[in-house]
This record gives sequence, C-alpha cells and structure tokens, in this order.
Amino acid sequence: MENIDTDQIIPARFLKATTKDGFGKNLFRDWRFINDDETKPKSDFPLNQSQYSGEILVAGKNFGCGSSREHAAWSILDAGFRIVVSSFFADIFKNNALNNGVVPVQVTDAFLQKIFQLDNKAELTVDLEKQTITIHSTGEQEYFDINSYKKTCLLNGYDDIDYLLSIKEDIQEFETQRG
Amino acid sequence: MGKTLFEKIWEKHIVKTIDGGPSVLYIDKHFIHEVTSPQAFTGLNKRGIKVLRPQQVVATADHNVPTLNQHLPIKEEQGRLQVEALKINCAEHNIQLYGLGHPFQGIVHVIGPELGITQPGMTIVCGDSHTSTHGAFGAIAFGIGTSEVEMVFASQCLLQSKPKLMRINVDGVLNKGVVSKDIVLYILSKITASGATGYAVEFAGSAIRSLSMEARMTICNMSIEMGGRCGLIAPDDTTFHYIKGRQFAPQGTQWDKKVAEWKQLYSDDEATFDREIFIKAEDIEPMITYGTNPGMGIGVTEKIPTTETINENDKSGLSKSLAYMGLQQGVAIKGQKIDYVFIGSCTNSRIEDLRMVASFVKGKKKADDVEVWIVPGSKQVEAQAIEEGIDKIFAEAGFQLRQPGCSACLGMNEDKIPAGKYCISTSNRNFEGRQGAGARTLLASPLTAAAAAITGVVTDVRELLN
Repeated sequence: MENIDTDQIIPARFLKATTKDGFGKNLFRDWRFINDDETKPKSDFPLNQSQYSGEILVAGKNFGCGSSREHAAWSILDAGFRIVVSSFFADIFKNNALNNGVVPVQVTDAFLQKIFQLDNKAELTVDLEKQTITIHSTGEQEYFDINSYKKTCLLNGYDDIDYLLSIKEDIQEFETQRG
Repeated sequence: MGKTLFEKIWEKHIVKTIDGGPSVLYIDKHFIHEVTSPQAFTGLNKRGIKVLRPQQVVATADHNVPTLNQHLPIKEEQGRLQVEALKINCAEHNIQLYGLGHPFQGIVHVIGPELGITQPGMTIVCGDSHTSTHGAFGAIAFGIGTSEVEMVFASQCLLQSKPKLMRINVDGVLNKGVVSKDIVLYILSKITASGATGYAVEFAGSAIRSLSMEARMTICNMSIEMGGRCGLIAPDDTTFHYIKGRQFAPQGTQWDKKVAEWKQLYSDDEATFDREIFIKAEDIEPMITYGTNPGMGIGVTEKIPTTETINENDKSGLSKSLAYMGLQQGVAIKGQKIDYVFIGSCTNSRIEDLRMVASFVKGKKKADDVEVWIVPGSKQVEAQAIEEGIDKIFAEAGFQLRQPGCSACLGMNEDKIPAGKYCISTSNRNFEGRQGAGARTLLASPLTAAAAAITGVVTDVRELLN
C-alpha cells in the first residue's frame, strides 16, 4: 500500500500520552480492528495474520507522510519493528525513525515489488554496516543509502543531543558573533 | 552565481558542518504545544538540563483544547493532563505560555505571525508539520519530531542536511471565486502528495505576489502536503506592512534596520533550482478533494478520475480511497451531499478567512441538514470577528462560531465528524479517519465550504457570486 500517512500509523486520538511507551498496541489501529473493537481484528490486515512475524515492516512508497508526530516511530518500535522498508519515505518520518533507532531502508521500486511478490514465509536480512538488504530465498541483494553520520550514531548508540551538547561552545560563539 | 532565498537564510544559520554529514543549524524561534512536547521535557529532565534559550521558545495549547466552554476544566482526562503538563513544564523552564484563557492563545501557526513573532530571515521550528506556514514571511520554517524538539531545547540547534530546492511559479490573474487554497490544492493535484518530498519549495510569480499574508500562509501551510521540507515566499511590502506594529515586531530605528535586511531576502536572478514548475493562475478553478490524500483533488466542475485518467502516484490507491469515501470513479463531485462544514485549522482560520465567509453568507441561511462549525484560529481572531459583527452574520446563517483550537482538523478534542458522514473542510488533510474514525473529508477553500453550507451539497461557488 502506498502513501501510508502517520494518521494511519497512529491515529490522533492516541497522541494524548506524556510518555513514549505503549503506542504499539495502537499501531495501524483503524486498519487492524473493526469499529475500533480490539476483539474484532480485521482478518485481511497483514499484522493480524500469524504467518507474518519479525522486525522488518515493508510498505509502499511515500511511507510516513503527513503529520510530524514522532508517535508514529514510537508505535512502530513498540510493536517490535526495528526496520521499515519502502521505496520512498517522507522526510520528517525518516528523521523521527532514525532518532529512535528504527532504520528506514529505502529500496528501488523494482526491489520493493520483488519483496511484495514473495510468499509469506520469505525472510529478509538487513545489514546496516554493509548497507545491504537481502532476500534469503533468492539471494537477491540491494545496497541502500544512509547518511554516514546517522549510520555511525546507530551503530554506536549515540544520539544527536549528545553531539549537540558537546559543541555548546561553538553554539555560544555563533550567537555572540551574530549579535 | 546567485543565491536562492532559501540559501541566503540557510547559510546565515549554519554553526558548523560535520564532515560527510549534516550541518548544525541554529534555530531562532521554537514554538511548542501540548501534544509533541511532554516527552521532550522528560528527556531534558532525565539528562538533568534546562532549556538553553527559553526566551526563544513560545508555547500555546491548541491541539487538545475544547472549542466550547473553554473557561471550564477540560473534560477529557488525558487531554487535560497534557495541557496541565505543558503549564508545569513551561513554568519550570521559564517559557512564555499563551495557554487557555490567555488573550493570545490560539493555533500555534496562527498566533506566531499575528503576534509579530514570525519574521523574515528566521529559522523557525515546531513539533508540528504545518510549521511550514511561517515560511510565508520568507523564513525557513519546518516541522520536527519530539526528539528534535528536545535537541532544540538542549542546544537551540538541529542537525540538518540541506534539502534540494524547488520553485513553483504561479503567474497571471486568479479567476473569480478562486482563492489561495485553490492554488495550493491545484498544485497538489498536479505534483501529488509526494511531489516535493526532499525539497524546500519557494512559491513565486505574480499571482503569489498579489496575495495577502493570510493567503500566502495558506499556501506555505500546505507545502508539507506535497512532502516539502518547507515552503517559503520572498518578503515584500505586503509582508512588512503585515508585521509592522504587531506585539513583538521590531520598533523604531530597529524596524528600519530590520526592513533593510529583509529587503535582501529574495532569490537572485542567476540563482538555480533543482526543479522549477510553472503554473498559469487562469487555469485554476475552485478545487475540491475526492480522495484520501491532499493530492487527490479536482476542479469543482470536474469528474472524479478513473483508473485510466488518474496520475501514476494515486493509481494503486484509487479504489481503496473511493471505497472509503463512498464515491464512484468518473462521476461529477458537484452535487455530492454534505453533512458537516468545518471552517478552521492552521490553513484557513485567520480573520481574512472569516471575513471572506461572512461577506459571502451575509443574509443567507445554512441548509437545514448541515451542521456548520467555524473555529477561529486564535483569541485575537475571535475578538476581531466579534468586533466586526461577523459573529452575528454567522449566527443569522445558523453557523456555530466556536472557540480557538485545532478542533476538527484532526479530531483530538470532541470535535469529530461521525463515521460515514461527509465534511467539507478548510483544513489540510483528508486522510482516512483524520476528522474522526470513518469520517469522510473533502478539502476546499473557505468560499467553497461556505457555498456547500448554504446549499447542502458540493457547489461551484461561482454560481452564487454576483
């Protein structure tokens, strides 16, 4: 499915928390349940089908468009996903994902179609160090792009705030110079 | 080589650039609200640090607030807790809060400009994607996530990679009944909801120049709906005239100095863009959306596309979209029954929007089976509307004038559209469930929304104009 917006990932009525926890149960809420009833899962939605499991979420192009709500990334992480694969990501979602250790893996349209055509037992591996995504059954592999700074952060568990706090003097110097 | 408007502002805000990585971008103004800030404050507290530059942060409560009886405590508990948390956090970190009951309270993207806080040449962020609105003043303004809100709290900076640059030129004279919302919905229908992803978008051309600041804000507001990192318009006399004399605008000799600086903010003739689009204002008619992303729009006299006629981007989603909307391919949208009309949101809730609606509906009555909510963008807009007698025109027409907030744009408060009902809305997103689970949203201009309020169906407003 294409153009999955953040209102679908996590509807606004679930944004009222003041912590980052527990959003996973409301991931894709309105696509998962009939009339918002947790006892009535929609059987045709992949996350409700037991044959799908794992830490990789695969979606159509322009994933995460719309609202800047980081709750979208939190809900994906809380639901157990560490990687989102798509052929195109919305900018703000991409940053939010990276800031929470969820890796957005952007593949070509052709590779994405190959993944969608696999049967439901197919397995995927993402190697962040090598920046590759591999389909096990066929051995097909694609290289993906990631900002080298962000990659280093992800591999070492640093975040942007650590860095920004470390350059406080530069920031103060900048403020003084511009008056 | 010349520089673009974006580059001129960007370069002035770079503290340093990481080798092979992003730049450290200095942020002039940081707006916050109750929904996307609490976890950022928690993060600061965990690190044991305070907001670095509290005087550059401005807070308001808008997303969760009720639009009726704002003097009473918020009934919905979680919403109330978020609003209370904002109050506590602002007090603890010495941040100016325009909360409920304050005469400056309102939607964050309405109050920033109206108080003169938003100024040309600034970098502005907020944990809200519609921060792009402020770009109408010739500022780099964009939405950020909560982790980034925490970064700005901690350092007044963000790590950012420079986006690609796009210019959309709209030249010519707008047709009768066509307003800025129609321009942006038209652009969206041409370039799709992901057409500007990865770009900063400058809007230019004679049709843009002729617009008021309110109208320019509507366009920049929706640049995020194209996926744009931000939208911006070069400041000019219209901009300076709007800012002058506002609460936090520069005063006296400082004013002249600032205007001289702001006059340098335009894209040079020799500046180059990664992509440039040209649109004729005359080609635009009143627009309306039929689908579930803001790029799925058509002229009000057109037919809903079919799988054969729709653009590539929306082809695969058309059937699902129309099934959700209860609409058919190839059918005229005009005449479609409407249940609700929502005039409000950071896109179209400013005094000019309310004036436009009032002057159109004066002496008319709403259709019997339509409910009409007008939600002003701020306390100041509300007060101005009352001062001008606009409230009485609405009352006579059977329109409900409510109190300021984000309201039915995203249905976080009680203002939700019931499942299956059709709402013609001046907001920015027609996503599934955006206005309430199962709600069906048709995006349009305040004029087109007002016309539907009177007739009860999707209407070509031009037929009702003198």
